[in-house]
Amino acid sequence: MPNNKYDAIIIGGGHNGLVNAAYLARAGKKVLVLERRYLVGGATVTEEIYPGFKYTVFSYVVSILRPEIIRDLNLTRHGFMTLPLESTLTPLPNGDYLYRDGDHFRTMRDIARHSPRDAEAYEEYSREMYFMAKAVKYILGIIPPDPTSLNPKDLLGLVGMGKHFLGLGEEKLYTLTKLMTMSAADFLEQWFESDPLKATLSASGIIGTYLGPRSPGTAYVLLHHYMGEIDGAFRAWGFAKGGTGGIANAIASAAREFGVEIRTDAPVAEVMVKNGQATGIALENGDEVQADIVVSSLDPKRTFLDLVDEAHLPDNLLMTIRNFNIRGSSAKVNLALDAAPDLACMPGFGPHLRGAISISPSIDYMERAYDDAKYGQFSRQPYIDMIIPSMIDPDMAPPGKHVMSCFVQYAPYKLREGTWDEQREALGKTVIDTLSEYIPNLKDIILHCQVMTPLDIERTTGLSQGNIFQGELSLSQLFFLRPAAGYAKYRTPIRNYYQCGSGTHPGGGITGAPGRLAALEILKDHS
Amino acid sequence: MPIPTPFYTRTSALCESHEWRNWSGYFAAGLYEPSHEREYYTVRNAAALFDVTPLFKYEISGPDALRLVNRIMTRDVAKCAIGQVMYSVWCDDDGKVIDDGTISRLAENRFRITAADPNLRWFQDCGFGLDATVVDVSTDLAALALQGPHSRNILKAVVSEADLDNLKYFRLTEAKIDGFPLTITRTGYTGDLGYELWVAPEYAERLWDILIERGQGYGLAPAGLVTLDMVRIEAGLLLIEVDYISAHKAVIESQKSSPFEIGLGWTVALNKENFIGRKPLLAEKETGSSWQFIGLDIDWQSLEKLYGAVDLPPQVAGRASRVALPIYKNGKQIGQATSRTFSPLLKQYIAIGTVESRYAALGTEVEIEITVEYSRERARAVVVNTPFFDPERKRV
Repeated sequence: MPNNKYDAIIIGGGHNGLVNAAYLARAGKKVLVLERRYLVGGATVTEEIYPGFKYTVFSYVVSILRPEIIRDLNLTRHGFMTLPLESTLTPLPNGDYLYRDGDHFRTMRDIARHSPRDAEAYEEYSREMYFMAKAVKYILGIIPPDPTSLNPKDLLGLVGMGKHFLGLGEEKLYTLTKLMTMSAADFLEQWFESDPLKATLSASGIIGTYLGPRSPGTAYVLLHHYMGEIDGAFRAWGFAKGGTGGIANAIASAAREFGVEIRTDAPVAEVMVKNGQATGIALENGDEVQADIVVSSLDPKRTFLDLVDEAHLPDNLLMTIRNFNIRGSSAKVNLALDAAPDLACMPGFGPHLRGAISISPSIDYMERAYDDAKYGQFSRQPYIDMIIPSMIDPDMAPPGKHVMSCFVQYAPYKLREGTWDEQREALGKTVIDTLSEYIPNLKDIILHCQVMTPLDIERTTGLSQGNIFQGELSLSQLFFLRPAAGYAKYRTPIRNYYQCGSGTHPGGGITGAPGRLAALEILKDHS
Repeated sequence: MPIPTPFYTRTSALCESHEWRNWSGYFAAGLYEPSHEREYYTVRNAAALFDVTPLFKYEISGPDALRLVNRIMTRDVAKCAIGQVMYSVWCDDDGKVIDDGTISRLAENRFRITAADPNLRWFQDCGFGLDATVVDVSTDLAALALQGPHSRNILKAVVSEADLDNLKYFRLTEAKIDGFPLTITRTGYTGDLGYELWVAPEYAERLWDILIERGQGYGLAPAGLVTLDMVRIEAGLLLIEVDYISAHKAVIESQKSSPFEIGLGWTVALNKENFIGRKPLLAEKETGSSWQFIGLDIDWQSLEKLYGAVDLPPQVAGRASRVALPIYKNGKQIGQATSRTFSPLLKQYIAIGTVESRYAALGTEVEIEITVEYSRERARAVVVNTPFFDPERKRV
């Protein structure tokens, strides 16, 4: 029997679990990562579901992976690379389109076709969002201080934060407050009149959220997506070489180099607790592994309600976690294509195929898509965010063939009628029908289609309800409230039991920030 | 006014940016798209096509060809097998570098040399008394560099009569594409898997068209000098006139460099038969060089701090810069960074340059000048090994 004692065990081999493990091992800890599936990555996986075609099964774009993580873990040497995703095309039902890319004046000209005022407003808007992202980015990098605490560290943190926000000046503070409270639609209404532009920008406010563009609070989610940062430039999105699985593999490789042991096909049944202290874990196969530190990268529901006996937790925390909003709202459709898709609005080959294609013609369209979901149906005409990974990274499909990744919203986890197993096919058909209106040759070139409903996302990754952010990014669930007041600093009521998933501050997206910040906190307790 | 290369009909049709550089009197695309970003990643992710025709090319042949080439070059070219390519510098009588380039041994007594500057007269003068002919073949050969992880796959799809799977790093082969002949060398200026293709000008357009067409499925795209400059810094490769000055062009003695001073001491075969510059180089080897080539990793936290003081994120994204910056140690200038770039791949701000030898040890902490909002500041930097990026596929 090998030495069965570790300094730390990380439950879950998603990107945050792996980042956490790498940082702990880098600090000299003997670390074991336990992953339920046959491969690491969690929701950041690339799988060859159809021979020769690599699907970014769940997450598909990256922007906010913190650059310090890339440097600290030397991820480039382990194969990490983000490729630019330079454009966003919004095809319209009337055959027109809205096209924006890195070419400033070309983008202005195209917006001006829809509204000359919007073209100018776009520049001001981008500037304003730059300031907002900069203001909020500060929060992403700090451990959230608890405003109700009298602990000197919390007080110092609050003073620092207060200084930071007061330093923004009145105007920006007002805008920030608006962003925190308004709906994405109302916020954008202040700037723009063109419907396709408003709708496409509002999409960032609803992604992964069970809210519509007219729901208050969605403006913040919009900002959260604006913080995507590549090389110091905000709002830069990219595609990871090899798909998002490429990120997980790079982090795993770096972690292994720091000495981390990674076991796949190793589902954890429970965290062992003795005298209010975590002592290790028990695997589903009955094996037990001891460790001084146990870290869960799973979502808050699993971390608190599934992995530990409720007897070890205070009632108010259990209540908060039970009420924690983690509604799954999106689905994923992945396609293998025999040839390049041909868009009706922009026929032929071109750079637009290397960017995002957004089915978001109007705010009404988006809100109607939500209306269906509100009452337990998937959207009859869904919002779709599509990319063609093989156009960006030739290794994703055989030469001349392509893979297409379609993020679909809304697809509520809880259906009013029937089950997802019954409705999966209908959802796939709806998505393909919707896309075919804009891509006439689509149905002729589909070789294989994978539909991942929220139920499939939950079954495969373990994310409760298939929620991609491990809990919605609403104000009531952010910062010192994520996932619960008093437990926002990666600790739990059980000593030596920690959390490091997207369900903790600063939230979802492939940032690695929760994993890293949690590791820094853990190392304070176990230096 | 620059003149077009044989690929110009094709490159100009694709050059949306209309940003042209003058490379040795030829039009060379700076970048094709409005932004160089995708071209840059194409080199590391797929394959990029560069028009490198403006390189100077010479052929040396005749019974004394080997003797002549070995007299010019610091490398021991006698060890260069037929079908092999060597990188070397050549020096003046004082052991100062004139130029650098590749030597392809096409046959027992036939060599092809690439150079950045015109060298016909120098090579001919060096051959005084030897039975060897130096011919300038610069305009007889158009050249493309096909560089990146998919370059081999693309070539294999179009080439006949050549075994690319067994073509090793710094080897050459004759080949045919669509019936016309060309020479393929596994060389390049990107530090990645890559090839350079040498072809008669009349086949240039066909070569370009076939590569572009067949390369599409592999993500092939043309790339320009903006990208080339960034990737060659990542590869730690020098550029004449920027990282060193040719002994034939320097106007003061201190502008000249020996191979030892610019990181190319490994190309100097002091124990081979006499070659130009051997004696002073032998002496320098014994006494030690005053200067040494270094790679620098400019500390990101230090940059964040300097820019953070004026409430900005580090402003380094963009293209490579060839404007030299002073390097300091303990407040005293000890050298200069001659080329630098932000590496989008490594997320690092990197530079190459020369410093006084005593500060060249790996891990030495130095400071480099950074201008932050018009104010001259100093950022921390560490001497590191080059290449900064060195993928296995380059050699495998």
